[in-house]
Amino acid sequence: MVGKIAIVGDGDSIMVFKAAGVATFPAEDEKKARDVLRKVAQEYQVIFVTEELSRKLGDFLKRFDETPYPVVLTVPSGKGSSGYGDEMLRSAMERALGVDILFQK
Amino acid sequence: MELKKLKARLATAVRGHKLLKDKSDEMIRRFTLIIRENKRLRDEVEASLANTLRQFSVARSLTPEYAVEAAFGMPTAAVTAECGVESVMGVDVPKIELTSSVRTDILPYAYSEITSEADESVREISSVLPSLVKLAAVEKSVRLLADEIERNKRRVNALEYVMIPQLEETIKYIRDKLDENERAAIIRLMKVKNKA
Repeated sequence: MVGKIAIVGDGDSIMVFKAAGVATFPAEDEKKARDVLRKVAQEYQVIFVTEELSRKLGDFLKRFDETPYPVVLTVPSGKGSSGYGDEMLRSAMERALGVDILFQK
Repeated sequence: MELKKLKARLATAVRGHKLLKDKSDEMIRRFTLIIRENKRLRDEVEASLANTLRQFSVARSLTPEYAVEAAFGMPTAAVTAECGVESVMGVDVPKIELTSSVRTDILPYAYSEITSEADESVREISSVLPSLVKLAAVEKSVRLLADEIERNKRRVNALEYVMIPQLEETIKYIRDKLDENERAAIIRLMKVKNKA
């Protein structure tokens, strides 16, 4: 199966992805992002979402966790990483193992 | 009759419990491997991506808005990925690989349009893209596995703490009752014999 790659995020950060050949879908606010994502999820298999958006859309993005595709990945935006990806990782780990094996310091 | 049926059920439950427990152990082992990989990839990708995006915003600020729009408004050859499904302990997880090798030598705009920082950042984005896609697959696997482990754990616990004790208790009750009946029968026989 050939999959297509898309990115949803605010205009600035995603522009450079466009040059690299990733389909870009600008979405400034939460509401718009929901609509865009719903559409994009039908067509694209790999979807990147910028951190600011995915933080707001946390519950909405959970619905994609049930099936292997589409794969939704949170990527840091131009403002740098805020550690949201690590948070998601930690919550998954705690759910499955009950202990912290990565961040214990 | 009922006792026999219950015993068979108990045997099945115990065997199922053992199997599920083994499955759970193995899944957790796989999970720890995958999550470590995930962490490593994410750190790597986030570092290079943050760097690239910062560079790109520099490039943007050096060129007028319309020039940037014009340069990046052009469609480029879309990258595609080969999407497959892999089974890890009975859980279907995505397996993705970039197919069209990303061409870093061709940029979608003329060199004169924009500063070289932009070229550099586009090139870098193209080079992180494979690991980004890999990270996407790995992270999804982590989430799917985490869900499955949780579900499996619940099943194991339900068997261990509810189903098996209940069956054992019922079997014990029935056996006690049967013993009681047997003793009663013997006593009755003895009494009858004494009378005669």
